[in-house]
Amino acid sequence: MTETQLTLSRRQALKGASAFALTLVAAGFLAPGAHADAAAVDAAIKKLVKGTPEEGKIKMDLPQIAENGNTVPVAFEVESPMSKDDYVKTVHLFAEGNPSPEVASFYFTPQSGMARASTRMRMAGTQNVVVVAEMSNGKVYMAKQQVKVTIGGCGG
Amino acid sequence: MANIKPRVRIPRKAKAGEVVEIKSLIEHKMETGQRKGKDGKKIPRKIINRFECKFEGDLVFASDWHPAISANPYLAFHMRAEKTGEFEFKWIEDGGAEYVKKAKMTVS
Repeated sequence: MTETQLTLSRRQALKGASAFALTLVAAGFLAPGAHADAAAVDAAIKKLVKGTPEEGKIKMDLPQIAENGNTVPVAFEVESPMSKDDYVKTVHLFAEGNPSPEVASFYFTPQSGMARASTRMRMAGTQNVVVVAEMSNGKVYMAKQQVKVTIGGCGG
Repeated sequence: MANIKPRVRIPRKAKAGEVVEIKSLIEHKMETGQRKGKDGKKIPRKIINRFECKFEGDLVFASDWHPAISANPYLAFHMRAEKTGEFEFKWIEDGGAEYVKKAKMTVS
């Protein structure tokens, strides 16, 4: 008797779980293409940047957990002497889980003194933020960090 | 958006060679183009898509923005102070409207 009950409940549980998954798909939560992903970011990087990114040189300053996805503080600093013949030219900011991967691009000059900037961005949900830095000598650096978002910032 | 008010904070005075921080903010909704209005139609995109900082006419720093930049966009960056002069900050909106703010800095 007890055994039958157990089996039944397990079957029900499984049915319930798959039904829930189907509902999610139907509701579009899991629909592919709704958001950018790592591949979309890679494609966006290839479009904007020449050369293969290396690791290093970039320090990212992001919260590990952001309560409000509407305004998440982001900052970065790229190690560079910022002299006339060795400086950071451009820094691109990407998000892997937003409707489109591009967030912003920053253009520095030797006059900048340091390749640091901070701003605030929207995040649709928990995702990786990617920073790509192009140097004046053609080298490219990249860094990535995950931010957990409690409430997404793409309301409406 | 009746009030689009740009604001900047820079040091009034700096020593030659000093790297100063410049903070900027503009009150703007940054409409993403993905939200739907009450009628179910998408609200057209209207964001500030570019910010420029010139010092004595030379472009020192610029930034391109996408809809992922938050409303009331804030931006902080740096510049090496070398001479006394005037900053010109410019925010460019979708459609071409420009918002400009000027500020002077004395370098000793």
